[in-house]
Amino acid sequence: MSNLKRAFENGKAFIAFVTCGDPDLETTREVVKAAVENGADLIELGIPFSDPTAEGPVIQGANLRALSGGITTDKVMEFVQELRNDVKVPLVYMTYANVVFSYGTDRFIRRCSEVGIDGIIIPDLPYEEKEEFLPTCHEYGVDLVSLIAPTSDKRIAKIAGDAEGFVYIVSSLGVTGMRSEINTDLASIVKMVRDNTDVPCAIGFGISTPEQAKKMADLSDGAIVGSAIVKLIEKYGKEAPKYVGEYVKSMKDALR
Amino acid sequence: MTNKQGRFGIHGGQYIPETLMNAVIELEEAYEHYKNDEGFNKELTELFNEYAGRPSRLYYAEKMTKDLGGAKIYLKREDLNHTGAHKINNVLGQALLAKKMGKTRLIAETGAGQHGVATATAAALMGMECVVFMGEEDTKRQALNVYRMRLLGAEVIPVTTGTATLKDAVSEAMREWTSRIDDTHYCLGSVMGPHPFPTIVRDFQAVISKEIKTQMLEKEGRLPDAVIACVGGGSNAIGSFYNFIDDKDVRLIGCEAAGRGVDTFETAATIATGKIGIFHGMKSYFCQDEYGQIAPVYSISAGLDYPGIGPEHAYLHDAGRAEYVSITDEEAVNAFEYLARTEGIIPAIESAHAVAYAMKLAPQLDSDKIIVITISGRGDKDCAAIARYRGEDIHE
Repeated sequence: MSNLKRAFENGKAFIAFVTCGDPDLETTREVVKAAVENGADLIELGIPFSDPTAEGPVIQGANLRALSGGITTDKVMEFVQELRNDVKVPLVYMTYANVVFSYGTDRFIRRCSEVGIDGIIIPDLPYEEKEEFLPTCHEYGVDLVSLIAPTSDKRIAKIAGDAEGFVYIVSSLGVTGMRSEINTDLASIVKMVRDNTDVPCAIGFGISTPEQAKKMADLSDGAIVGSAIVKLIEKYGKEAPKYVGEYVKSMKDALR
Repeated sequence: MTNKQGRFGIHGGQYIPETLMNAVIELEEAYEHYKNDEGFNKELTELFNEYAGRPSRLYYAEKMTKDLGGAKIYLKREDLNHTGAHKINNVLGQALLAKKMGKTRLIAETGAGQHGVATATAAALMGMECVVFMGEEDTKRQALNVYRMRLLGAEVIPVTTGTATLKDAVSEAMREWTSRIDDTHYCLGSVMGPHPFPTIVRDFQAVISKEIKTQMLEKEGRLPDAVIACVGGGSNAIGSFYNFIDDKDVRLIGCEAAGRGVDTFETAATIATGKIGIFHGMKSYFCQDEYGQIAPVYSISAGLDYPGIGPEHAYLHDAGRAEYVSITDEEAVNAFEYLARTEGIIPAIESAHAVAYAMKLAPQLDSDKIIVITISGRGDKDCAAIARYRGEDIHE
């Protein structure tokens, strides 16, 4: 059974995203610990990429800060291995296809399983191209998380039907970032997902307030928050863990 | 050569966010329908001939031929097209296709500004809204083209992320497309990006090699021995090569921008210095570091200043069917000046990379050999930058 399912056994899941090495790995470690202590059920660890085409300005900025601090895939792998001593919730990587491919697909995914990564989210890997990485993911028992977008329409059945770990439902058109309103008909998307799979589904993109998180989690199995957390890190730097902890608590409380 | 997922050998594919998948599927279906539609092709041919000024001339460069003392040199004059470059071929095709699909808005990336100008032109002609993303660095290098786009009614958005050049303009156009798909067509300017773009753009640019073939047979009664074109993403090159791919005796030579040299970090020569990767929707060769971070590339030419190459070129390279060579800034600037003085033709600095290689090759060949250089665009836009390169500051 997928380890990721554990994230959904504690009521509605709160999933927190953080870019590794923004502004340094020490801060990332403390941010992750604070998020988990305050109720985060799953952590998405971003491995920075020079040209993150699915990200809005906030997470683009985090990628740049991390890279200019000298973060590499190897350093992230070592970091996660150590982090596993303190953090027991499921962990997934969020990164771009070239980061995995250039490291060597087999080497990358083998390292994931060695250091304790449970799944990978690759925003530039649609259903049609998943064979690039899927056989290797299966070999090492790492889930390849599928994304569903507001435009997916008839594609939902096949994507959800083959999904593993959890289904990442993208709430809105466009890139990552905070939004004041989410207008997509998410209820019918979730229904189509559930008609085709027993794998849990969570909604992300644009969520920043406890009200939004509750609304999204009521519709699905959980809420994913990235830019709002990254924004706190951008603002508070090394002091961010305390503020991220408080923020995660307010979000998880709204989901209880 | 392409299968259903748009592969060229191992290259190509559709590595894009799920949000865009239905948009590219819809585009592929529309293209598959219209590419064989008589009415569509009649309309496009009329635009090519009456509006863009096709067929473009195949000009015998007699003075250059005599001066270099080797192979006979012909210039394929894409610089004489309306808007001054080959970019208009692709844009008229895509804009017409977008219009048939019911789209009312075109977005585009641009490097040197030629594709942006062409897109703004087609949008004006067809009554469509137009937004062009251009690296801030390039808006400075190509200020005249920024003004031209605005004059044509387009909105030009300077891109400040990353290296603020062509790759960042592509990333930003992709981001914009994911946020507005219903009424918007992304008019990609080169044979790159996710399937079906490399195929669509190549087909619209293939008119170049189709004409070269006909014109060469008329003038010389035979095919050329070599076809030379510059390569950034590679659209004028694939257009120049495509109808010769099966003619194995015709050498196909793509000229990449070496910038300050392929042994420096200030280069944009993808085949010479890159390795296989996945970026901007495609698998191909990219300039990147060992962890797959895309390299900040450099060339004096804003149009060749891209860290990747179209997947069909990557395949032609793997298959050994086309050769790819590197030309430095200095060589390109020399060729820019040489063609101006020798033939009275000022080529785009991009095209000057192809001229530069021909200047090396022609003297090595016998006088019964024939080479064709595609002059992909005209050089007016580059005059200020070249003057600056030579230490002269002129006001545009």
